[in-house]
Amino acid sequence: MRVAVPVFPGSNCDHDMVNALVDVLKVDAVLIPATETALTGFDAVILPGGFSYGDYLRSGAIARFAPIMQAVQAFAAAGKPVMGICNGFQVLTEAGLLPGALQANRSSKFICQTSELIVTNNQTRFSRAYAPQAHIQLPIAHGEGNYYCDDATLAELRANHQIVFEYADNPNGSTANIAGITNKAGNVLGMMPHPERAVETILGSTDGLGIFQSLIAHAQEVSHA
Amino acid sequence: MYLVKIYVTYKESILDPKGEAVNDALHRLGYTNVNDVQLGKYFELKIKADDRPVAAEVDEMCDRLLANVNMERYRYEITEMEAL
Repeated sequence: MRVAVPVFPGSNCDHDMVNALVDVLKVDAVLIPATETALTGFDAVILPGGFSYGDYLRSGAIARFAPIMQAVQAFAAAGKPVMGICNGFQVLTEAGLLPGALQANRSSKFICQTSELIVTNNQTRFSRAYAPQAHIQLPIAHGEGNYYCDDATLAELRANHQIVFEYADNPNGSTANIAGITNKAGNVLGMMPHPERAVETILGSTDGLGIFQSLIAHAQEVSHA
Repeated sequence: MYLVKIYVTYKESILDPKGEAVNDALHRLGYTNVNDVQLGKYFELKIKADDRPVAAEVDEMCDRLLANVNMERYRYEITEMEAL
């Protein structure tokens, strides 16, 4: 599996992501500039966390028009896996690849802590390595991670089992405790918590590994099909 | 040339913790008659007239970039600059 990690001006979790993929999970992963226009040869794309374009205007609002995003749109439309972590999640909602939006945390404070999550859907290509309703510990670090969608969208998310991760103790005010969702087709995942920061015991948790292991297992099946 | 003033504010269903913080600060200064503070964004655009109606173009800019219609609403005023 070969993974692209696009780097926007202001991305700052890009190297952590490559470290998790290459050094810990032994997967081929490379940083690519957001000015690239093609994703040829890649099996997955992961939009990293950070403050793309300084989060000017709104988080993710300018990044979604970066040259690479047209290729990401086509990649997602072709059914290939796309993940957005933290700022990457914000970019995916701004791009319309995921429903809803991320608003300011209810407390108006930037929250940086370990959060307990519940894996509410372990039937996705991003979460199949986890037991049903598993409780996992992942770091969060955001000022605007409060997921918002209207009631009709929430009903649709529930009906299609698109809610993958919920907070056990909603730290930021998210609608329905939502920490991570997929699109309807199930090939695009966005989540505010940082799995790439929980892949080695020395980091305090290895609970993030399951997301990458799920993705790797899925990619192996696809390549052998 | 047109001068376009665009105001973007949160929908009522959206939290505005910054507005609440300013509201609290005004109360601490003694302005206890302040009931609500909405903190929004203000844009000033100078747009050259072309064959497209300027209002349609501004609507499109707001929908695509300047506002997130999931959370925000917008309004704008258009003035012909020669008239200023």
